[in-house]
Amino acid sequence: MKLLKLIPDKTAIPFTKYRWHALVITLVAFFASLFAIFIAPGLNYGVDFRGGITLELTDRQPVDIPAVRNAISALGVEATVQQFGAPEKVKIVTGIVAAEEGEDADAAQQIVVGRIEQAMRDTLGSDVVFDRREVVSPTVSGELVQRGIWAVVLASAGMMAYIWFRYQLQWGAGAVLGVVHDTVITIGLVALFQFSFDLNVIAAILTVIGYSVNDTVVVYDRIRENLRKYKKMDLAELIDLSLNETLTRTVVTGGTSILALAALVLFGGEVLRGFCFAIMFGIIVGTYSSLFVAAPFLLLTGVKRDWAKVKVGETAKA
Amino acid sequence: MLQYRLWQRVLIIGAVVVAALFAVPNFFSKEEVAAWPGFAPKSRIALGLDLQGGSYLLLGVDTDKVITDRLTNLRQEIQRQMRPQGSRTRVALEALPALDAATDSITLRVRDAADVEEAAKRVRDLTRGGGLIGAGVRPYDVIVEGNRITVTMHPEARRAYGQEALADSIEVVRRRIDPAGNKEVLIQAQGEDRIVVQAPGDNDPEALKQIINRTGQLSFHRVDTSVSPSEAQAGVLPPGRMVTPIAETEGGGLLVLFEEAEVTGDMVESASAGVNDDGGGFQINFSFDQRGARRFADYTREHVGELFAIVLDGEVISYPRIQTPITGGSGRITGNFAPDEAQRIATLIRSGALPAPLTTLDQRSVGPGLGADSVRAGAEASLIALGLVIAFMLLTYGRFGFYATLALLANLVLIFGVLSILGSTLTLPGIAGIVLTIGMAVDANVLIFERIREELANGKTPISATEIGFSKAFSAIADSNITTLIAAWIMLMLGAGPVRGFALTLAVGVVTSVFSAIVITRLIAGSYLLAKRPKTITL
Repeated sequence: MKLLKLIPDKTAIPFTKYRWHALVITLVAFFASLFAIFIAPGLNYGVDFRGGITLELTDRQPVDIPAVRNAISALGVEATVQQFGAPEKVKIVTGIVAAEEGEDADAAQQIVVGRIEQAMRDTLGSDVVFDRREVVSPTVSGELVQRGIWAVVLASAGMMAYIWFRYQLQWGAGAVLGVVHDTVITIGLVALFQFSFDLNVIAAILTVIGYSVNDTVVVYDRIRENLRKYKKMDLAELIDLSLNETLTRTVVTGGTSILALAALVLFGGEVLRGFCFAIMFGIIVGTYSSLFVAAPFLLLTGVKRDWAKVKVGETAKA
Repeated sequence: MLQYRLWQRVLIIGAVVVAALFAVPNFFSKEEVAAWPGFAPKSRIALGLDLQGGSYLLLGVDTDKVITDRLTNLRQEIQRQMRPQGSRTRVALEALPALDAATDSITLRVRDAADVEEAAKRVRDLTRGGGLIGAGVRPYDVIVEGNRITVTMHPEARRAYGQEALADSIEVVRRRIDPAGNKEVLIQAQGEDRIVVQAPGDNDPEALKQIINRTGQLSFHRVDTSVSPSEAQAGVLPPGRMVTPIAETEGGGLLVLFEEAEVTGDMVESASAGVNDDGGGFQINFSFDQRGARRFADYTREHVGELFAIVLDGEVISYPRIQTPITGGSGRITGNFAPDEAQRIATLIRSGALPAPLTTLDQRSVGPGLGADSVRAGAEASLIALGLVIAFMLLTYGRFGFYATLALLANLVLIFGVLSILGSTLTLPGIAGIVLTIGMAVDANVLIFERIREELANGKTPISATEIGFSKAFSAIADSNITTLIAAWIMLMLGAGPVRGFALTLAVGVVTSVFSAIVITRLIAGSYLLAKRPKTITL
């Protein structure tokens, strides 16, 4: 049987030779992402982090969107109203609703969502179905932002500590550099495509971080093994060899993961699309960072060459 | 080490079979599972609110208000203690005792230095009545400096009172939402001042909020007809009276009431909604406990012919005229109630008052229709993903790809088995976690197979190449999966609802996929190689 070979058995791609080209690409992508996040088009904050109200509803017949807009602005509430999927479905999104005199800001969101629902029943008839309601108070949205940031920071720190423990400090630093790269560019892509930036995206980023470090560790493992095997080989040459040896695995695992995610993006429904897209992009970015950020970083810092006494599974001492 | 001992084989295959058995209940309805014999596994994977539809509410308990209420009461009590009564003499204060909410303290200045000792004694006696908090700590510290006495609530006491308020609120919320205790509602504390309510299926969070957010403070007041509400509002309100709005159902308007309640809601023992005895509309029947019955009997005996008002959360819901003394300890509220409103008020009265108002901080609800769509889409996507990955593995690794496929299927069985045993909740992101695991599960196999390819290229025989492949790939597999576990663990710690569902399936999936790749694939591949001893293998 002839088997599919995506990557030839023996490759000799001089990855490290392209490290300066890669650095330019990396920096451009990195700063473009920062631009997309902070300047234009900016993050499209979801209700989790922004606070306020998201309401999705379905009517029996196509919804008269201008009528919905009028009914909501009659309440004195600023909202965006969009068709969502089908003409019978509408999504209403507000920011934090300003509290009236004497009202608590947290309670105000709850009062307003009740008013909007009533207005929708009055405008569209009582058989309108509310598919999804999300009402997040300013108190909670602030906490969720904090928790999200902590999650990403702690996850990165935990992985760096693990790699430090298993290899050497600079290897851990290289992996974290990759993580920062992946996080920023993934968020940048989320901003660029204007996906809703919410808790699910934080989960997506954590997954991407996990995947990217996973990828990096496979490469590092091979570099360490080759350091033991070829004690005199030039480090750049050795890193290239290791990257080429693990290239098939990198491509195959990335490929199957992306295949699975593509199925989710295409058939998994509207709700998860942004989430799965973020992971899919992130896996591509994470694969790139293992090859062109984390591994070449070791060239910059140098590594311990004598691993002879360290057996597999034992702690490496720098 | 491709050989497995018999007991090892039995253990490995046994694990998969057991997992499969535990996964079985998920494919039957709850009623069918309930009818199974006792030894059969019954634990199922619950569907999250985003998949079956339902409401999630995060409520904040205003514990600060509970503390302030306590201190306000204590201040009144201290003031009372300074007045003369019986043999007790009067202690003159320079001013009303001052309450400082920032330090949880009350300060009083005694006018006459000779009285300080006596005043301090009375305050101490009063604050000791509260009993001990925790390990011998008194709830209040009393400090005397010159003519100034400061009563400070101990931080331990503050915490204890806050916890008490939280626990009481949870009880009240439970009695309101789930009076019969037969609904699948999850109500639990979160942190020091939060309550999480998860009600599956119930797609009207507005109704839920309405019944939760009302304080439920019920009281019976004497109506003062000597002053008209308009006069009272114009400023001639006699002391000890209050102006209270009348419910819309009773025609609206205002009433002047005596501030002091004759009977309060905590003396009501039971309440239920029923059809109005006089025909038309609904009424609320209630009965008092002993204390309430006696008070109510005394009151109605002395005030026949007068109006009295029933006040719920600062609104008069009914103000009947007392026709005859009511001595039976029960009565009815005959407002102009719609059936569901009568029901709601009855539940409110029965459940008692909340110790502090609740604020809804976070509300999420998903309609059952949308949930069902998500389940369908998720299942479809999972099957397609599985098909694609299997096809890819077969094309790339041939026979060994088939082994990896078997391991992948065993992996899925293991995931469902473990999730069932844990009785965990499957959310939409959780489905994504499983799909992602399908994609990533093959990673360990890929690492191993690539190693075998390399060793074959180095001229090793199939059996030794396979042996070396498994052992050399191990350190990369272990390290790379531990890092993914670290990410999943952080998500479990910090994530909210659906994200935790994702983290859980990801973590379970990582562990089972390593097991299935390293142990199961090796078992199958090893059996083939040792039985056939092929000269060459392709992969």
